[in-house]
Amino acid sequence: MEVLLLLASPLAGAVLLGLYGSRRWAPELNAFFSFTTFAAACALTARVIASGPVLVAREQLFIDPFNVFLVALTALIGLTTALFSRPYMRVEAEHGRLGHGRLRLYHSMYQLFTATMLLALTTNNLGLLWVAMEAATLSTVLLVTLYRTPASLEAGWKYFILCGVGIAQALFGTILLYFAAERVLGAEGVTALLWTHLNVVKAQLEPTVLSLAFVFLLVGYGTKVGLAPLHNWLPDAHAEGPTPISAVLSGLLLNVAIYAIVRCKVLVEGSLRSTLPSQMLMGFGLLSVILAAFFLWRQRDIKRLFAYSSIEHMGIITFAFGMGGAVANFAALLHMTVHSLTKSAIFFAVGHAAQKSGSQLIENIRGLITVSPTIGWGLMLGTLAILGLPPFGVFASEFLILTTAMKQQPWATPLLLLALGVAFAAIFGKVQPMVFGETNVRRLPHAPALLPVFLHLAIVLMLGVFIPPYLAGWYRDAARLIGGP
Amino acid sequence: MTALSIDLQLLNACATLLLLLSFAMLAQRRIVSLVNLLALQGALLLAATLLLAWRTGEVHLYLSALLTLALKVVGLPWLLHRLIRRLNVYWDAEPAINPSATMLLGLLIVVFSFGLAQPISALASTATRSTLGIAIAVILLAFLTMITRRKAMSQVVAFLSMENGLFFGAMSATYGMPMVVELGVALDVLVAVLVLGVFFFQIREQFDSLDLHHLESLREGD
Repeated sequence: MEVLLLLASPLAGAVLLGLYGSRRWAPELNAFFSFTTFAAACALTARVIASGPVLVAREQLFIDPFNVFLVALTALIGLTTALFSRPYMRVEAEHGRLGHGRLRLYHSMYQLFTATMLLALTTNNLGLLWVAMEAATLSTVLLVTLYRTPASLEAGWKYFILCGVGIAQALFGTILLYFAAERVLGAEGVTALLWTHLNVVKAQLEPTVLSLAFVFLLVGYGTKVGLAPLHNWLPDAHAEGPTPISAVLSGLLLNVAIYAIVRCKVLVEGSLRSTLPSQMLMGFGLLSVILAAFFLWRQRDIKRLFAYSSIEHMGIITFAFGMGGAVANFAALLHMTVHSLTKSAIFFAVGHAAQKSGSQLIENIRGLITVSPTIGWGLMLGTLAILGLPPFGVFASEFLILTTAMKQQPWATPLLLLALGVAFAAIFGKVQPMVFGETNVRRLPHAPALLPVFLHLAIVLMLGVFIPPYLAGWYRDAARLIGGP
Repeated sequence: MTALSIDLQLLNACATLLLLLSFAMLAQRRIVSLVNLLALQGALLLAATLLLAWRTGEVHLYLSALLTLALKVVGLPWLLHRLIRRLNVYWDAEPAINPSATMLLGLLIVVFSFGLAQPISALASTATRSTLGIAIAVILLAFLTMITRRKAMSQVVAFLSMENGLFFGAMSATYGMPMVVELGVALDVLVAVLVLGVFFFQIREQFDSLDLHHLESLREGD
């Protein structure tokens, strides 16, 4: 019931906002639908806390400890981003960057995007998971090109074609998985793509087919995660689209893609009984961390800078899932949570800062703290949090990942530490003069929404100091479910 | 070697023609012909699905044949032709790699695909398992077409041809995916083409051309 409401609310929002999305009260309507989605997610979460996993709609939808916190996180950030986008999009519209049609498109697609992500998270059917992932790409392509500038068109085209080709590989992987499953689960094909059924019989699935399937699935969904060397679309799409979209792409879509990979990894590892999937994840993860850290130095656009930082963090998460085992999986799940919250908070602050100075270039944004201390501190604290300084939650998860790496994969630890150090120097060096020093920014006609920024940072701070017992319980259950060598 | 029944022979003929069409697409530079080749590929896919449906008596294959007819034989080619007329793009530019080298590369891809498909075909119990190699070849050839083209329009046709290959692969390995998934995939493809249509007009409005070299300004570090 809650699950259906969870999916129906953003869908209804997409339809209504498609009709009325350019009215004066449309941003409020958008926030309202995000709020009902969030309420449904809370009700669902309460139910899972009370009575355990949920399986509904002829087993097509499925909530377990692994996806319940991602659903709650997605709904929460969906809501805060909608709140942030209220003043942000008003300013954009008044600057004449957006007409009525485009505002309608923006609001409608925002809700549709939320719906596809929630479907991808809650579906039990690996085929539907693919369909939802592709729909998530399609609903955001036109948002990336919302400003119709040459650069944004290029970014949109790259996003479409790279993710389209990538996700076609994932479809082939899904076909191979279905092929292997059908031999075990019978030819009716009704249950053969349902994850819960596959998980039961995973030891009997044909290993040769599954290893081939995993290569395709990893490359396919890995493109969406932005793993190097398949990351080319990510910085462009983040930098050229409107900032609320950068926040949800970075904070949510990347998580959903990692979720898809990990669900597949559980099945493949159960069948293979070898470390091949783990090694592939670790390899891709480490490569992403290192490449992204060095690319950070060369960025001059603030949104591109934090887009590369997202690639780096996705690399860390992928590496941790690759190591596997209770502690590393726990840390990876925690890192997914805190990275989403911190990165979207940073994008909120960056969005307002860019509007105030009229430019996204780092050298054009100076001395935020003198004109608006809240934005300045929001950006500074967010940056410190994402760089892994204690007592924020990112420190806790990175510490766990590094200590586990020292025990299980000692060769990788120096590389990770080096990359983290390089990233720290690059980002801090670029953000520091933006916040402090001489100012050049102006005031905005609409008061910026800073509640989301500090709410996210407060949760991240809390997770660094204290993790609620049921959340820790879910992380532990999910970590056990994901397993690993 | 036992003699194959007539319908299986026809199926194999369909598969072979599909492969041939992929090569034709690799070489074709007129965009209108490229779309026609895509429609023909869809028609062959339809024929193959119908043959298979008749042979196995599975109802969902008839449904998926209907879907193929509506979308791949009629719908998408019609949309693409309309786009071509409205946007006035008829020819692709000189390919990035020389054509004979592309063809040779294509041949290597076919050999590679059959190698890749061999262990899977050996496990399959479907009558069509021998065509799995062709399906993989069609996917990879479409990929090659995509890499060698410069106009956005031909890349999209190649993308759709890749989807045809995936569909054929699903059919030869498992007699098609579950209906709900097939419907979802078809919906995604349709929406993708519509989104692209909108997108092309935006590109045209901005650059007055659909040549992709305009879209190469976002580079690292500058």
